[in-house]
Amino acid sequence: MTAAAGTGGRTGVEVRLEDLRRRYAGVTALDGLNLTMAPGELVALLGPSGCGKTTALRLLAGLEEADGGRVVIAGEDVTNVPANKREIGMVFQAYSLFPHMTAMQNVEFGMQLHDVGAAERRKRAGDMLELVGLSAHVHKYANQLSGGQQQRVALARALAIEPKVLLLDEPLSALDARVRARLRDEIRRVQLEVGTTTLFVTHDQEEALAIADRVGVMNAGRIEQLGPPTTIYSRPATPFVAEFVGLTNRLAGTVKGGEVEVRGTRLPLVKPDTADGPAIALVRPEAVTMAADGDIIPGPMVGTVIATVFLGATSRVTVDLGDITVLAQLPTSDATSLTAGTRVRLAMRRDPVLIARDEKASTEA
Amino acid sequence: MKLRIFRVVTLIAAGAFFLVPIGAMFEFSTRGVGENSPRTLANWKAILDFPELVGPLTPNSSGIIASLELAAITSIATLVVLVPTMVWVRLRLPRLRRVIESISLLPLTIPAIVLVVGFWPMYQWMGINFNDSILTLTFAYIILVLPYAYRALDAGLAAIDVKTLSEAARSLGAGWPTVMWRVIVPNISSALLNASLLSVALVLGEYTIANNLLYPNLQVEIVSLARTNAGVSIAVAVASLLFAFGLLVGLSFVGSGPRRQRARVRERLVQTFGRDLSGGTR
Amino acid sequence: MMGGRRVSLDWIGAVPFLVYVAVFLFLPTVIIAAGAFAGANGLTLSNFANLSRPYIVTATVNSLILSAVTAVAGAVLGALLAYAIATGNPRGVFRRVVTSACGVLAQFGGVTLAFAFIATIGPAGFIYVWMLQHHLDFYSGGVWLYDLRGLELVYLYFQIPLMVLVFLPAVDGIRPQWREATQSLGGSTWDYWRHIAGPLLAPAFLGSTLLLFANALSAYATAAALINQGGPILPLQISNAITSEVGLHEPGFAKAQAVVLIVIVAIVTALYALLQRRTARWLQ
Repeated sequence: MTAAAGTGGRTGVEVRLEDLRRRYAGVTALDGLNLTMAPGELVALLGPSGCGKTTALRLLAGLEEADGGRVVIAGEDVTNVPANKREIGMVFQAYSLFPHMTAMQNVEFGMQLHDVGAAERRKRAGDMLELVGLSAHVHKYANQLSGGQQQRVALARALAIEPKVLLLDEPLSALDARVRARLRDEIRRVQLEVGTTTLFVTHDQEEALAIADRVGVMNAGRIEQLGPPTTIYSRPATPFVAEFVGLTNRLAGTVKGGEVEVRGTRLPLVKPDTADGPAIALVRPEAVTMAADGDIIPGPMVGTVIATVFLGATSRVTVDLGDITVLAQLPTSDATSLTAGTRVRLAMRRDPVLIARDEKASTEA
Repeated sequence: MKLRIFRVVTLIAAGAFFLVPIGAMFEFSTRGVGENSPRTLANWKAILDFPELVGPLTPNSSGIIASLELAAITSIATLVVLVPTMVWVRLRLPRLRRVIESISLLPLTIPAIVLVVGFWPMYQWMGINFNDSILTLTFAYIILVLPYAYRALDAGLAAIDVKTLSEAARSLGAGWPTVMWRVIVPNISSALLNASLLSVALVLGEYTIANNLLYPNLQVEIVSLARTNAGVSIAVAVASLLFAFGLLVGLSFVGSGPRRQRARVRERLVQTFGRDLSGGTR
Repeated sequence: MMGGRRVSLDWIGAVPFLVYVAVFLFLPTVIIAAGAFAGANGLTLSNFANLSRPYIVTATVNSLILSAVTAVAGAVLGALLAYAIATGNPRGVFRRVVTSACGVLAQFGGVTLAFAFIATIGPAGFIYVWMLQHHLDFYSGGVWLYDLRGLELVYLYFQIPLMVLVFLPAVDGIRPQWREATQSLGGSTWDYWRHIAGPLLAPAFLGSTLLLFANALSAYATAAALINQGGPILPLQISNAITSEVGLHEPGFAKAQAVVLIVIVAIVTALYALLQRRTARWLQ
């Protein structure tokens, strides 16, 4: 054991997942997953259900065995080390507190298994519960705590054993929206304070983008793109990432000579070597703007506003172009006049766009 | 892997323990008379030759008929006692609901052999002053089946909004009898059937009360027959077991509602049926 | 006529039911309670003094032993079976069939059950005959099917399914996260059973065992059908005593025994309810 938890300044360790493979009854859950987490880093694995993110976490925890590949923690190959010897802290989706123990006893339990003396145990459990803001509830049982409080105890319990790695398996998904946002920030604060290398698995993109140093977007057992949240959002590497993270307009167009023509506008391609022919371009709402010049004559980019949603500094405007509806995200100051029924002409910024893998044109959340 | 071996071994052992005795009864009831004689249904055919089993209902003399009559009367009488009360309590006396419930479930905690001790002087008095027919057992059997019928009916009533339904019917001009017959009863028909089937199954298997009050119902006759003709009595026992089992399987086919929900309700009913402690048929 | 006073007459609707249970449930209970303490000259405890007769003491002790043995054995075996069921597919057909079968078997008893075992391992039962042909005589020391040992075996036939039914919900309440949380905290399988699953299931197990105990204690029909003479257990003694009351020989004797039985069952059932409530708080 190193320094007591909660004092900060502890350095995390490097974690490497190398070419991890796992199949369940003919279904591939992990198809050669590679991921290196820097010491103290918080990586979020983001993806739809069944993409393999939870499998990756469970293989790292040792709760399941890999069919192939290696798990390396702090330079040590732990692929064949059982879960209870890996020194990993884990927070589950919900209901993981032992119901016959108080919050305090739950936190103490892990240290008890590590043969920490009673006095030391009690002190550290108290510290951990204070760290997660639960000093007032140390003697309550799980069924006397709210969902958010239970997850705080679970976090304290996981960190109390001073794990090399902290694993969070959709820890917020069972909570309601307001608690979720607050606890998310709390988790990040605590994680920065203790400095433990952390893997956070979620299907909620907002959560992943808000909490992580780097986000890995997963699809079909692989990481499609790994990078800082801003990169993931603004420069998606693949059509899947573009569509899974954030909102995207799917607009029919034609690829020709390294560009794509969409409704009369020529847009550059992220991958200029795309073959010529009809295609679906993925255009972010932020790239859709109101045309500056006044004349509104019928054309491919002229339509009617059907809804405006204020999101704060920006507003999202839904425009019916006749054959399709398009989302545009504008500064709220520009959107105030755009009430439902207003006729508008849209334009598109010439940001590089991705081409969708399939052929169906529509607007998708 | 270890877990799988454990499961397979446990389930096979349990299957053997529970199925072999039932199979053994079939085996026993189809034995021939001498050694190495071929299988025969003689015992089964012989059931009809015993007047104490199937003869006409002269006083105290026909087990099967008496038990069937008892089953029919008990299940109907239980519904008559219980349904109007339960509906009325839901409508007008909500404060009494807990009381009615705990009274109805009370027989579960009183061993049947204890009840018999209390019934004994009552039945003596009834025999002298009122009637000593075996059918008077109905009075005791209603108490015996009360908890099971209550649970089944409670599940049915919980599934409909008795209060709103009856208020709607009343506002359309229906009197209380109409509300009961035309509105409530059709809506809990499957619960009524469940309650009846459970009552029938319990009454057909009842031995403790009848034996100690000296009324020869089916089970009592089977036991006394066993002393003279084991093969036939076991054949009757198997037949009554199959009948009761058929009734309980029948529970799965009654009721409206979506199939899965029906199956769930039935599963719960059959389970609670077994779960409750009752000396009833044991 | 009903008019404005109808509200106050609502309770009349509950009268038929209440009268019925008063006559056929409470009156018998009162008869027992009163009769147990009634003697020729008013109140007496002499009926209870009669319980010290050796054959009653023996029957009571036998009943307690029989109930304890079948409760513990039934609880252990039933818990194993419940665990085997719980670790399977929770929505599988197999599980539904097994739990439904347990529902029927737990209520299965009495005459038919006694016959089933006579047909299986009775002196003419096919397993006994078959084993005899293979020179294995499990009755070499006498036919034990018709005494306490036989009852112990036969009672298991309804005790095990009853255990499955009452214990399975508790086993189902154990969440897989708890095992995984224990593992990630550094605990072994042994640690898990000792600190988590064991303590969590203990009240349910204990409570279920008590229920099985009360269940065996109350059972009469199976023993009566299996055992033709004598009264090795209390319910059979009560039955004998009822008949001896015919001649108003000892009017309070059966009632006193009934009081003893009901008191034991009531205590055990109350403890069961207490433990059950505790389990429910943890495992729902």
